[in-house]
Amino acid sequence: MTTVSTNNLMFYDKVLSSTPNGERLKQCLQCGSCSGICPYGYAMDYPPQALIAALRADDLTPVFKSDTIWLCVSCFACTTICPSRIPLTNGLMASMKTEMLLKGDVPSELQTALENTFRYGNTLGESPRKRADWARNLASPVPIMAEIKKPVDVLWYVGDYASYHPRLQPVSRAMANIFQVLGVSFGILGPEENSDGDAQCLAGERGLFEILATKNGKAFNKYQFKEIVTIDPHAYNVIKNEYPSMGFSFPIKHYTQFLTERLDQLKPLLQHELNYRVTYHDPCCIGRANENNIYEEPRQLLTAIPGLSLIEMTHNRTNAICCGGGGGGNWLDGFVWEKARVRLSEWGVREAVEADANILAVACPYEPPRYEDAIKNTKQTGKLAVKDIAELLSEAMGF
Amino acid sequence: MNIIVPVKLVPDLVEELTIDESGTTLDNTWLRLIINEFDDHAIEQAILLKERFGGNITIISPDIEGIDDLFFTAAAKGVDRLVKLVGDFGSGVNNHALARVIASFVRELQHDLVLTGVQAHDDLDGPLGPLLAEYLGIPYIGYITGVNLDDGRATVQKEHPGSLIAEMEVNLPAVLGIQAAEQPPRYVAISKVRQMMKSAIIEEHPIGMLDSTGGPSVSRMYQPQTSERATMLADNPDQAAEQLVAIFIELGVI
Repeated sequence: MTTVSTNNLMFYDKVLSSTPNGERLKQCLQCGSCSGICPYGYAMDYPPQALIAALRADDLTPVFKSDTIWLCVSCFACTTICPSRIPLTNGLMASMKTEMLLKGDVPSELQTALENTFRYGNTLGESPRKRADWARNLASPVPIMAEIKKPVDVLWYVGDYASYHPRLQPVSRAMANIFQVLGVSFGILGPEENSDGDAQCLAGERGLFEILATKNGKAFNKYQFKEIVTIDPHAYNVIKNEYPSMGFSFPIKHYTQFLTERLDQLKPLLQHELNYRVTYHDPCCIGRANENNIYEEPRQLLTAIPGLSLIEMTHNRTNAICCGGGGGGNWLDGFVWEKARVRLSEWGVREAVEADANILAVACPYEPPRYEDAIKNTKQTGKLAVKDIAELLSEAMGF
Repeated sequence: MNIIVPVKLVPDLVEELTIDESGTTLDNTWLRLIINEFDDHAIEQAILLKERFGGNITIISPDIEGIDDLFFTAAAKGVDRLVKLVGDFGSGVNNHALARVIASFVRELQHDLVLTGVQAHDDLDGPLGPLLAEYLGIPYIGYITGVNLDDGRATVQKEHPGSLIAEMEVNLPAVLGIQAAEQPPRYVAISKVRQMMKSAIIEEHPIGMLDSTGGPSVSRMYQPQTSERATMLADNPDQAAEQLVAIFIELGVI
């Protein structure tokens, strides 16, 4: 164990004490595995292992002046590989981001997303009153809890992107179809729902996270349900792992888990052959993050679709390449591009094409817009399309 | 250096605006208010000046729903004094009335510099700044994008159309209409705003009857009406360019 001798231990102590298992920072071996596996490690002046060295040397000023901190996309690759099991992503890096925010040093795209969340309860800056507009005028109505006033089995946490983003609203409608066909008793919060707070929490905006978690937690508490189901891995991660610290504990499943449990009921409904060569991108927040380890359920759903062949990319499961959207990364696109000259979503697209897939299947609302942009940027239009698993299931059902 | 920043809250365009039954004003049932974007820049410019030259910043606003959050955010950024004008700001309030009320309060303070947003999207009777300067009897310069202070004078950058920038000097006290601060309004961590919610003091200053003379009377307010005058150009860039040139010649532009 390394001993630390420094006159200014405040920040070090804060990281150690404010994070579960934070004291493991003391056990850093300086092996550099974290810096090697970090997808933007090459672009950082202080990749995690160098950052810890600077922290121990009480020489953080140059770290804060560098571009290092906002290049972290909270993909949990460093945390997963660390032999000392140091909570790097949601401990050290989130704390560093908090310090940057307290200094007011935040790239403008992310600043706007944080300000939008504070004011409107969603990162997109849309009217909170319109949160359930995607669900209006559907053939079968999507029940809103405040309107139906009765208990349900499933409280569906929809999330910002799936509620507002025009590319994601069809995914939400596909999910609504699937719930209805399976006869699931479900409801959504509608305008009572707020941003889940995962991006805000991992971007170091703990104060904002606490406000969001409290609003959502209180809204959940108003209603009777057996479990929360979400299509958003970020919502899954934060509600499962961070909400309990705010006094809100609810059973939650990602929709791929929920549907895999009902595979016997689902399979006979998948009657349309989809002759696609599909590869699947593992979202960090249901995979590596906090050892959520939801790797097989999405694959089980995909292989249940008749005609579909599943191909693996070189990087899959625990070593999947992040799409670049986590921990605030979704709103750092311009910043990251300037520093690194590559987008992680573009790496993903190249790997999918190399694997000879014609469909990139995803299970996270950030991903369709990110990967579709990457397809255009890498000039792969026509070779690869992006579909959420819910869209593929819905298509196989004949919708 | 005492810097005064009067701010206005204006309708938030994220919510759809509807006209009320009278047909002369906005329906405020779903109206949400947000800080006038230019006033946000005025606050930022005030903080930049305080950081460079020292001093004290006072922000003043009518008592409107949402103003406390704005005050706490401003305090977290470095504003020293928060003043809420309380009274009847119901119907009849316009910039003439607001300028008179703010001027009567500012007159009692030592005011070296008054920074306002150069305009607001709900200004029906001209921007607030020039009216305020008139009632205070001090100079006004608008469309400001940079301010430097030296020995009782301010040197300012004023934007003119056609991307011209003028550098002007003005004796203080003066009112400046801020077009843009020298840097975008800064981020302030929510934890700092929440600290201010616990510790910052909001002063309340009662106003008398509003005097709104000089302002306009609205005879009809309505949504923009769609017309059918759009001309769609060809997809082919060469054809589109030819079409555009023909249209410009027809309109006498070229």
